[in-house]
Amino acid sequence: MRKPRIGIFDFACCEGCQLQIVNLEEEILDLLGVVTPVEWREAMSDQAEKGESFDIALVEGSITREEDAERLREIRARAKFLIALGACATIGGVNKLKNNFGMNDVKETVYGEAADMPHLETMPTKALHEVVQVDYMVHGCPIEAAELAHVVRTLLAGKTPTLPAYPVCVECKLKENACRFEFGEICLGPITRAGCGARCPSEGSWCFGCRGLVDDPNTQAAREVMAHYGKTIDDLRGKMLLFNSK
Amino acid sequence: MSRTVEFDVHHVTRVEGHGNIKVRVKNGTVDEVRWLVPEAPRFFEAMVRGRSWEDIQTVVSRICGICSVTHSLASIKAVEAALGVEISRQTDRLRILAHYGEQVESHVLHVGYLVAPDLLGQKSVVPLVTSHPEVVQTVIALHKLGNHMMEVLAGRKTHPIRLKPGGFAKLPTEAELRDLKARLQAAVPQLEALAEVILSLAGELPDFRRETEYIALVNPPHYPFYHGQIGSTDTDERVPVAEFERVVNEYVSPQSTAKWTRWHRDAYGVGALARFNLNAEHLAPLATKVAASFGLEKGCTNPYLNNVAQLVEVVHVVERSMGIVDELLEAGIRPEKPHVEPRAGVGVGCVEAPRGILFHKYEFDERGRCLAANICIPTNQNHANIQKDFEALLPEILDEEEDAIRLKMEMLVRAYDPCISCSTHYLDVEFV
Repeated sequence: MRKPRIGIFDFACCEGCQLQIVNLEEEILDLLGVVTPVEWREAMSDQAEKGESFDIALVEGSITREEDAERLREIRARAKFLIALGACATIGGVNKLKNNFGMNDVKETVYGEAADMPHLETMPTKALHEVVQVDYMVHGCPIEAAELAHVVRTLLAGKTPTLPAYPVCVECKLKENACRFEFGEICLGPITRAGCGARCPSEGSWCFGCRGLVDDPNTQAAREVMAHYGKTIDDLRGKMLLFNSK
Repeated sequence: MSRTVEFDVHHVTRVEGHGNIKVRVKNGTVDEVRWLVPEAPRFFEAMVRGRSWEDIQTVVSRICGICSVTHSLASIKAVEAALGVEISRQTDRLRILAHYGEQVESHVLHVGYLVAPDLLGQKSVVPLVTSHPEVVQTVIALHKLGNHMMEVLAGRKTHPIRLKPGGFAKLPTEAELRDLKARLQAAVPQLEALAEVILSLAGELPDFRRETEYIALVNPPHYPFYHGQIGSTDTDERVPVAEFERVVNEYVSPQSTAKWTRWHRDAYGVGALARFNLNAEHLAPLATKVAASFGLEKGCTNPYLNNVAQLVEVVHVVERSMGIVDELLEAGIRPEKPHVEPRAGVGVGCVEAPRGILFHKYEFDERGRCLAANICIPTNQNHANIQKDFEALLPEILDEEEDAIRLKMEMLVRAYDPCISCSTHYLDVEFV
């Protein structure tokens, strides 16, 4: 059987999600046994031929300029499956914090008098699915390498990977963590999609919501939790801006 | 000579982020040589406005996946300076250990995965898996050590969870620290093996020198990554980090739309070679030996040797980490909880990123909401220096084949280990 061809691409982001592929350490050697990487700018000087197709395109980062939207459309046209990697690609992540301000305001804040220069043009941040069709999402900031491996394996086996449809609290309870609200913190666990194994609460911190909102979040339960601990919905909204700005 | 050379390298590979090289030589005269960065800016300094002091680290860690512990620590130090927070010696030691882990991870990634293929005549690490399996295994083992240190100390390999203003959200156990000590000891022979391999290939590094001002943290008798004052090879003056703005002197170049930096000359360099040039006498014993085996000495002005300085630093931080683990185990890990009271204030935090000195500055209102931010990253500071190196290098290698010229220029960019995603206000594109 022909080895599936994989391309790895990045847009506006920290490139930490493709780093998780390197962080597979020895398992990369196993991975290279079953797939052929044909384009991966950060790690390889080899480049795919123009227009060459991929079985899987792994794409990290957000879209913040029209030229990037165009490059993403071109990648989409060449890929059988397009997988969005990480919060910047799946929900916009921290890049969408920018959308809470006017574009001229953010440009002037960072570039001062140079803000009007044409190459500094920026548009409100978009997740990949707001530009092209995305076949699958691997959530998180950064992604969990094991989850990516699972998704790739499942797709290559001709099956459809599914996302957890329950909140982080479920995984947190299974880990027997003390609830972060007991420490007076505001945790986004009750409304955030699971799949990380409640990583941040297990490390002594509140959930930042980097995996996006769970489908059909139980907002009434969230209200009750907030009221029980003397917090307001506005407190919750402030924390939600970090990874879940519109 | 009447040589004409024209090429553009679009998106230099094996670097973090997007950068282009443009070369125009007509009749043996260099018309144009430029280092261009078309990375999409992300506007972090604007985005953090309004966020709470307790969320700044979470946001700015995302400036860079490869140096997320460094950005976290710089921001935490700035928040603590602004809010008047004191930390314990235990917190200080644990942070330095996490930071050392990131130096190992980042330098090994750079020297092993991104630079080594150039020295072995390959386009990526992939063919090395079959041609040099033992080298690849050593690189993987050392990379894993760096990642392990960040996992044990900071709670995750990338984007630390435990690092907070005031202290740690969760502490490592003494058993984990004893295990870490064993791993550090096991890494010493691996480091010696890697140093031997790189030494055997060091002849492939181009012999190119240019007088350069180097800037790094200094803190005698230490080789500092975390504490210190700003030092320069051009002066004996030492500047407190709170006054960093008079060192970086950000300006808009007439030839470029990027913000460049300069102090005593029209450019300066930061990173492993800069740190070595300012602090080499304070290296740990084995690191000193490795540096000597390469003939690397203070006053080195060959930017390609930044890769050798990175290797020397990996050895140094592994040696020093063992001492810190011993100190922590001797004192015993005490349970501590971070405690911070918000107040109005301005603070600067400075640490050495793997790629060079990094500054974060924040202003907060009385509720601890961020009013303004200024972040000055090492790649930004190296930008003008890469350009100046290009201008000096290209005339020296014009006789060579176009492919060789292109490779040497790409290798020069890679030698700086640029981290272009860190571009908070670092941008330069051509207008055609």
